[in-house]
Amino acid sequence: MKKLFLAAFSLLIFTTAFSQSEIKTLFNLPSVDIKNVKGEPFNTKNITNNGKPVIITFWATWCKPCMKEHDAISDIYDDWIKETGVKMYAVSIDNSRSSKSVQPLVNGKGWEFDVLLDENGEFKRAMNVNVPPHTFIVNGKGEVVWQHVGYLEGDEAEYIEIVKKVLKAK
Amino acid sequence: MKKIILINLLLILAIIPVFTFSQDILSGGKVTGNVQIDGQFYSEDSKLGISDSSLNYKKFGMNGFANFIYTNGDFSAGMRAEGFLNPMLGFDPRYEGYGVPYWFAKYKTGSLEMTAGHFYEQFGSGLVLRSWEEWTLGYDNNIYGFNVHFSPIKGVMLKGLVGTQRYFWEPYENSNRGIVRGFDGDFYLNDMFESLAESKTKIDLGGSFVSRYEKVPNLTFSRDSAYIQINELGDTSEWIQRTTYQYDLPYNVGSWAARANIASGGFNFYLEYAQKGNDPNATNNYIYKKGSAVYSTLSYSTKGLGLFLATKWIDNMSYKSKLTESGNPPMLDINYLPAITKEQPYSMATVYPYATKQNGEFGVQAQVAYNIPKNSAVGGKYGTNLTFNYSLAKSIQKDPISADIPVDSSGTEGYKTNFFSIGDLTYYQDFNVMAEKKFNSKVKAKLAYFNQTYNKNVIEDDIFDEEEMVHANIGVLDLTYKFDAKNSLRMELQGLFTKEDKGDWAALMLEYNVSPSWFFSVQDEFNYGNPVSTDQIHYYNFSLGYNEGSNRISLRYGRQREGLLCVGGVCRYVPASTGLTITLTSSF
Repeated sequence: MKKLFLAAFSLLIFTTAFSQSEIKTLFNLPSVDIKNVKGEPFNTKNITNNGKPVIITFWATWCKPCMKEHDAISDIYDDWIKETGVKMYAVSIDNSRSSKSVQPLVNGKGWEFDVLLDENGEFKRAMNVNVPPHTFIVNGKGEVVWQHVGYLEGDEAEYIEIVKKVLKAK
Repeated sequence: MKKIILINLLLILAIIPVFTFSQDILSGGKVTGNVQIDGQFYSEDSKLGISDSSLNYKKFGMNGFANFIYTNGDFSAGMRAEGFLNPMLGFDPRYEGYGVPYWFAKYKTGSLEMTAGHFYEQFGSGLVLRSWEEWTLGYDNNIYGFNVHFSPIKGVMLKGLVGTQRYFWEPYENSNRGIVRGFDGDFYLNDMFESLAESKTKIDLGGSFVSRYEKVPNLTFSRDSAYIQINELGDTSEWIQRTTYQYDLPYNVGSWAARANIASGGFNFYLEYAQKGNDPNATNNYIYKKGSAVYSTLSYSTKGLGLFLATKWIDNMSYKSKLTESGNPPMLDINYLPAITKEQPYSMATVYPYATKQNGEFGVQAQVAYNIPKNSAVGGKYGTNLTFNYSLAKSIQKDPISADIPVDSSGTEGYKTNFFSIGDLTYYQDFNVMAEKKFNSKVKAKLAYFNQTYNKNVIEDDIFDEEEMVHANIGVLDLTYKFDAKNSLRMELQGLFTKEDKGDWAALMLEYNVSPSWFFSVQDEFNYGNPVSTDQIHYYNFSLGYNEGSNRISLRYGRQREGLLCVGGVCRYVPASTGLTITLTSSF
């Protein structure tokens, strides 16, 4: 009994400490009306993945590190889905100058993640994004649990580590 | 002993739900935000002609903001504090100061969303109304007033707003600038009508109406007419007769736009047409002509291939909430006229950038993106990506309204033009191709070529009657080498070749990254071909940065090249400078 108690207690401590240092709720995903890549209305509350984690990246067609980030993720996206069931939403902050060229570019690049259009930066402001790239990880309950500014070659390895931790934390 | 442990365990179990419950209540309201502080220490640099007196003894510049948003369920409120003490070089001195130029309160109930305070909004593609902000440009035309979004039935979104716009730190007071009113509707037919719900063709229609009220000032203009008089003795004398007229300025200037988006299969077609009423203002040299604009895009894409075509035609479409406002930085813009050129990410390809000319411009753009598939002969193991882009901006045809009144004369109709007429003067042209290839798990390369034609008179000085062309060829090689999962080296080698303006440039940048936290870079842009030998300057920079989650701090020491910094087709002039820049950004 004592052992059981100790085990339960240490598990409790461990998970609490764990969830506080690594996976803690930062804020809930805000509800903002933007558009999907086809130009149809889309509310950001619908960024969901059947209870599994979601990665949200803010990007633009003129942002060099963003394109590098997406190319790198595109190479391993299939593996990520198989391994964790994660889904990625790439939110373009291109304004009306280039927003209509986003879909042909995404298709031309062969990217398979979901793409959304935030032409006037409404979602960007609600998520407190300064400059792209800015990446968020959202848990199955629609809570943002992790965020990261900028992209350096190899950063995507950390994203998938966090996604795995989110899956474990459940 | 066992009993005590059991009680302990029960106590803990009892506490857990209480703890989570109280957390739920606390998490009902949440504050989030972000901060950015840029500080620059300027040094004297005789090579760039910078001395303490040319800096006005402002040896330190600081631009900073902090955003806070409080959210609780369907209610949110926020504010942004800004400080420019002193504004960094290249920002208008009228920004000097500290304050809260943006705050709002917003709630949503059912199908109604209401914002009081400051807000950003866009109707359609922005041809008649767009308020937005871009920190790096010092651009902010937020509207201060009320904004309502209402969706009475599925597929219909109505928007209405009334307010005044930001002008540096100057508060709105009775009549010191105009009031903007606007109404917009979006109608997604496939959502509105069940019979269309299953259709593969999606149709959206939309329309906007915007009006500006301004208590107009008393403004006059004069016109000179010369005549020659001959007296009885046969002497001739030349006389100039100056007549002063009062402008007939409208209190209300209206504009409207209609738009349609049709998507079917891989095709997407967008068309927007806008018109603006008689609006004599400082930007159009006070002519009475109406304005109009058309913006259209057509794209087709399927996995591995994307085609994009865009065209626009703009005639006299500068629309501001104060008619006497003009120049740089652009303030009080009610509408947004998208530039039709591609925004380039490489520094040498932005030495000669483009921004829309609001008084008249024709533009066209074409882009092809193609992915040569993986495991094909040309594509290699990882595939190869090709992008081709062409854009062109030209004047529109402007004919005089009569033989004795020159084009653009104040207090007249200004000129005559036919819809979609194209003039002779080229403003800008950019042809570029880029190939991207991943060779193996360690090496990636991008190779790009740009051919740009830049009309310096038009773009930099608004001179339209004489052209000064700069023809530039630019090559870029961007190589990334990955040592392991965390360490990588990136090299950018660029060259710009032109016989005009400042001549040839060569640029080299080396960047060492340690994911996810550190980056170091050295860079030199060398204007070795400058015809003035003392201006053959090395613009060197050393940078280092540290990322930790959503915090980022970076340091940069070196020389800033003079030029136009453009984001989204709006440009800011950045003067040359030397010094240390510290940037701190954080989100929470």
